[in-house]
Amino acid sequence: MFTLGIDIGSTTAKAAILKDGKETVASSIVIATVGTDGVSQAIENVFRDSGLKKEDIQFTVATGYGRKTFEGADLQVSELTCHAIGVHHEFNNVRTVIDIGGQDAKVLSLNEQGRMVNFVMNDKCAAGTGRFLDVMANILHLDISQLEVEAAKATHPADISSTCTVFAESEVISQLAAGTKIPDLVAGICQSVASRVAALAKRVGVKETVCMSGGVARNAGVRTAMEKELGVRIAYSENAQLMGAFGAALYAFDKANTVNS
Amino acid sequence: MGEEVKKKRRAPDPNSAKYKLGQIAAKAYSDCVEAKARGEKIGWCASNFPVEIPETLGLHVCYPENQAAAIAARGGGERMCSESEGDGYSNDICAYARISLAYMKLKKAPEQDMPQPDFVLCCNNICNCMIKWYENIAKELDIPMIMIDIPFNPDYEVSDAEVEYIEAQFWDAIHQLEDITGKKWSDERFKEVKEISGRSSRAWLKATACAKYVPSPFNGFDLLNHMAVMVTARGKAEAAEAMETLLKEYEENHKTGKSTFRTDEKYRIMFEGIACWPWLRATSTGLKSRGINMVTTIYADAFGFIYDDFKGMCRAYARVPNAMNLELSRDKRIKLCKDNHVEGLLVHTNRSCKLWSGFMAEMSKQIGQACGIPVVSFDGDQADPRNFSEAQYDTRVQGLMEIMEANKEGH
Ligand code: SF4
Repeated sequence: MFTLGIDIGSTTAKAAILKDGKETVASSIVIATVGTDGVSQAIENVFRDSGLKKEDIQFTVATGYGRKTFEGADLQVSELTCHAIGVHHEFNNVRTVIDIGGQDAKVLSLNEQGRMVNFVMNDKCAAGTGRFLDVMANILHLDISQLEVEAAKATHPADISSTCTVFAESEVISQLAAGTKIPDLVAGICQSVASRVAALAKRVGVKETVCMSGGVARNAGVRTAMEKELGVRIAYSENAQLMGAFGAALYAFDKANTVNS
Repeated sequence: MGEEVKKKRRAPDPNSAKYKLGQIAAKAYSDCVEAKARGEKIGWCASNFPVEIPETLGLHVCYPENQAAAIAARGGGERMCSESEGDGYSNDICAYARISLAYMKLKKAPEQDMPQPDFVLCCNNICNCMIKWYENIAKELDIPMIMIDIPFNPDYEVSDAEVEYIEAQFWDAIHQLEDITGKKWSDERFKEVKEISGRSSRAWLKATACAKYVPSPFNGFDLLNHMAVMVTARGKAEAAEAMETLLKEYEENHKTGKSTFRTDEKYRIMFEGIACWPWLRATSTGLKSRGINMVTTIYADAFGFIYDDFKGMCRAYARVPNAMNLELSRDKRIKLCKDNHVEGLLVHTNRSCKLWSGFMAEMSKQIGQACGIPVVSFDGDQADPRNFSEAQYDTRVQGLMEIMEANKEGH
């Protein structure tokens, strides 16, 4: 049985097709926001790569902020549940999931069976989210993917104390003007995201194994800073960004089975 | 929001509690207008000020918090908040205060008017922001301010010393008001008011306790509307009568299997905090569309003003929600959750109300642990629409529902 999971986030659209709730047949990440054709692009990609057709899919689950506007799903499920399922599938001893996406940060607490039992999310402020990193990378004329490389070169990480994205922006600019080196600034920026989200994690309670998912998890600078903040090792998968889509496809598999039985 | 929805509605039944309560709330404003026109002195009154005092003296007062909520619910929150911000008030100040200060200056708001005050009645058992807000009104309008200081109580019980401190101030406030308005205090009349207030309170407590039935005979959002009468008019005979009607209706609903929650009740939650008035429809639809009934809130407990005498009244005002410590606040909510079979807690982190939101993170965590229920919070504001995101709210509510669903399935 094939199931499709689609995760429509604020900055990227992700799709994944699974076979029998186990094997990944195809996956795709397209950088595009809600309301653009990024979603259809991601879906087209997974169908093309898998050689499957729409009719081959038994159940589709949509998740992410765009889940409600997407019409082709059998069910829409929150990204909270999908990330929990996706991550638990990959790391079956995970108890805490830290998911930092484009416009929000969330920390999920899972029980031994991998079921989400509680969660906390960021407040209305963009600090501690992917958007914060985007803005900072922009000021430094760096691509977002270069942040981790730069952070690794830091010798004296800068102190970015403002939580407000706009204030932090001027803080970074004045530190640049004062001669702070770019790697040190980048490390400071990663540290700032990590400490904001770590505070959320502490609120819900940090239980090992801790895993990071979402786009920002790819950034080793933030991961390392987070490990330091929380004093635990953080598990991470190359597929971190696809966890929501995988979770959706797994949820779809579960639902299809219930419907069938 | 109010203005957009102009659906044809059936004429309300004049014997229904909803109609009666709506009339009482509206009459509070028109009574003030009429009293003012007669040349009587009228006041603006803080919601937790002992309403028994103006009621016994036969004074008409209106409630700025109530007015601000009405203005916000009808779409005027942003306009009024911006007006105050233009006058130099920080947008970190409570939105009720910003709206009220704007109204004091503009003296009109199409959403809800009320007459200008001749005195203000302030009590800080609700918050200290209130003091500066009322001081500014008193100064700008050059009118007297009567201030009762009921400090936040860090202890679980109210001490006799605190009661004495409050009692002296209550008498002082009464004497000041007698001087200002020429009206006289009567112990006889106080006894009547006390009895009526007790009747209203008992009916309110019993009505809200009907949430113990599964499914609940009412939609918890009803309470957010009806409580206005408990705040402003519980000492009036018609309020007691309307509350008794409400109780009868809820009991009747339970017997006949009806409810004002007009969809299948799949989940039951407690809602914590003031309503998000500018986004009332979005916040209630987000719950109702998922079969989530907000069966209880602390308001269900908060307006149970039952006491025997003047001293007892003083003690009761020292035990209102914002004046009590974390442990007592927590225990009251745990009781509500347990009595009413609550399966999840939704917390409104209210950007306006530092006092209410301040210890909420810790308190809600403790409630969640004690009751074994998930706790989810969202950012919002009781009156400034700019502090709320519908998509963010929706994701959190859906997450809460999915946890409650999985809990039911016993995963
Ligand atoms: S909402 Fe909070 S800050 Fe505003 S008046 Fe009420 S208690 Fe005070």
